[in-house]
Amino acid sequence: MTSAMLVSILMTLIAASTPLLLAALGELVAEKAGVLNLGVEGMMLCGAVAGFAVAFSTGSTGIGLVAAAFAGVAASMIFAVLALSLMANQVATGLALTIFGIGASSLIGAGFVGRTITRLQPVFPAALSEHPILRLVFGHDILVYLSLALVAGVGWFLRRTRPGLILRAVGENDASAHAIGYPVIAIRYAAVAFGGALAGLGGAYFSLALTPMWADRLTAGRGWIALALVVFSAWKPGRLLLGAYLFGAVMTLELQAKAAGVTWLAPEVLAMAPYLATIAVLTMMSLGRKTGRLDAPACLGKPFSAS
Amino acid sequence: MTSIITRRRLTFGAAAASTLPILGRGASAQTPLGVGFVYVGPIGDHGYTWTHNQGRLALEKEYGAKIKTSFIENVAEGPDAARAIRQLAQAGNQLIFTTSFGFMNPTIQVAKQFPKLHFEHATGYMRAENVATYDARFYEGRAVIGTIAGHMSKTGQAGYVASFPIPEVVMGINAFHLAARKVNPNFKTKVVWCSTWYDPAKEADAAKALIDQGADMITQHTDSAAPLQAAEQRGVFAFGQASDMKSFAPKAHLSAIVDDWSGYYIKRVKDVMDGNWKSGAVWHGLKEGMVKIAPYNDAVTPAARAAADEVTKGIIAGTLHPFTGELKDQKGVVRLKAGETASDEMLSKMDWYVDGIQA
Repeated sequence: MTSAMLVSILMTLIAASTPLLLAALGELVAEKAGVLNLGVEGMMLCGAVAGFAVAFSTGSTGIGLVAAAFAGVAASMIFAVLALSLMANQVATGLALTIFGIGASSLIGAGFVGRTITRLQPVFPAALSEHPILRLVFGHDILVYLSLALVAGVGWFLRRTRPGLILRAVGENDASAHAIGYPVIAIRYAAVAFGGALAGLGGAYFSLALTPMWADRLTAGRGWIALALVVFSAWKPGRLLLGAYLFGAVMTLELQAKAAGVTWLAPEVLAMAPYLATIAVLTMMSLGRKTGRLDAPACLGKPFSAS
Repeated sequence: MTSIITRRRLTFGAAAASTLPILGRGASAQTPLGVGFVYVGPIGDHGYTWTHNQGRLALEKEYGAKIKTSFIENVAEGPDAARAIRQLAQAGNQLIFTTSFGFMNPTIQVAKQFPKLHFEHATGYMRAENVATYDARFYEGRAVIGTIAGHMSKTGQAGYVASFPIPEVVMGINAFHLAARKVNPNFKTKVVWCSTWYDPAKEADAAKALIDQGADMITQHTDSAAPLQAAEQRGVFAFGQASDMKSFAPKAHLSAIVDDWSGYYIKRVKDVMDGNWKSGAVWHGLKEGMVKIAPYNDAVTPAARAAADEVTKGIIAGTLHPFTGELKDQKGVVRLKAGETASDEMLSKMDWYVDGIQA
């Protein structure tokens, strides 16, 4: 294997991991605040279609990205009103949001089938972004760098800042946080909105960077993988980064192995590999603890009412 | 007139639908003929399902108010399919097209319950008194694009983004490879199985993996245009699947196999209207126009054009069969003797790869 080929494989791996990382990081923040939003797939699709529609209409992928984030927030607010203000069951509401997102994106996208746009371009000048080796570091688009910066930012925010501490307190013990005067519902709204924005961007990564087109169900279930990654990471941003890239690696290497002529393994076995890896890691993590509870925020998924 | 039913609306529609036939017949003496379609993918895939839907639209154009078409898209190849087919049968459709291989058993099953209705299953082999089958000889188109690939590949390697190892896909891979090898005896075809008909990001990654491994011609038997976009990005050539996909990859797209179901659909609707509908099996190709070749890209060299045209003409004239012996499989077993051509039965059960395919 040549170094150029290795770089190329790693580039594919990073691209495959980025939407997972974005969507999962957003969900991690929402869950840290105690909200379980299973609508990630739906929010991603809303972001994917809004990003594409706006980028196609304005000719600017930058504006498309902003629109994608807003679409994700808008979709997440439907969930927030139902689950936080009206105290609907979070699991059911999240699933409904996914089904809604599939339908809504299909409807909005109907007029954009068969259209293409210029894909999201690398941020650095061609001398760096097209260099055979250096492009591994400098050859990515804005969302790759943004996703990495966000991992650091979210980690720092949750661990080192006062608002981060409050957000975690709301997720661990909403009643106490409320008793000492913090606006539990408002904080949860903010966390859900942040999750929506990142899911929207994660979805837009498909329609603006990976496959610059609109096609129904473009994300093909990646939102569910993102949800699993949050559990996989035990709600820690650093481990989430590892998990997302591990998942991207298994997905990419599965295809690379087939292309390289690994024929002794059935294709179906290779297709299972990412999921087997998840089960293996989850098992190992659970074995390392006495309780088997993976550090989930204590109030995750529970409705809160101030009265 | 069109009524769009999605799978999501199916549950809610079921109750209402059972009353539809009564209402419809009561409304006028001349009820439009109901024609239903069950699709495996979204009509927006711009590939396989899209072309079937183009056929449905051609029907509406041809017959106008004399017919009423409806479709259900995104139907999974499993128990759900029977529910979708039954739904269309209960809604008063006289003729129902089920357009994916995996709908075969459910179609037969539902057809038994509605002996007076006519069913048509695409790409299957099970028939009944009221179930006909129809299929396209995609492999003929693949022989044409394989010829172009053989002429234009610099690395002598093609990458094949494949879905599932069913006979239709296997014979397509073989036809492509055999045609390319006629031009370049050392030609290699590498296959990556995606285990899905439709997952754009995965299809694109599969194409990238094949390009990384040295392929400079990408072809596919999955339904989205994503592999073409990956080829465009990496500066290699590719072929469209099911429809002319040039708009997705203006530079990479050399040509495409185009499915055209409209002629068959128009004929079969006429058969029902005239009371002449009979069960049977149809396997049409380039000659009948069910398979077409999209216009060549300017990048296709004169030599490649001429060779590809010759293959097309030969197949249409019946002087050239893409599967002509001597043909050995991967293990060196002679499958066709010199001069012998493959029978349709052999093709429809094909589960072996010709020498030089890496799958």
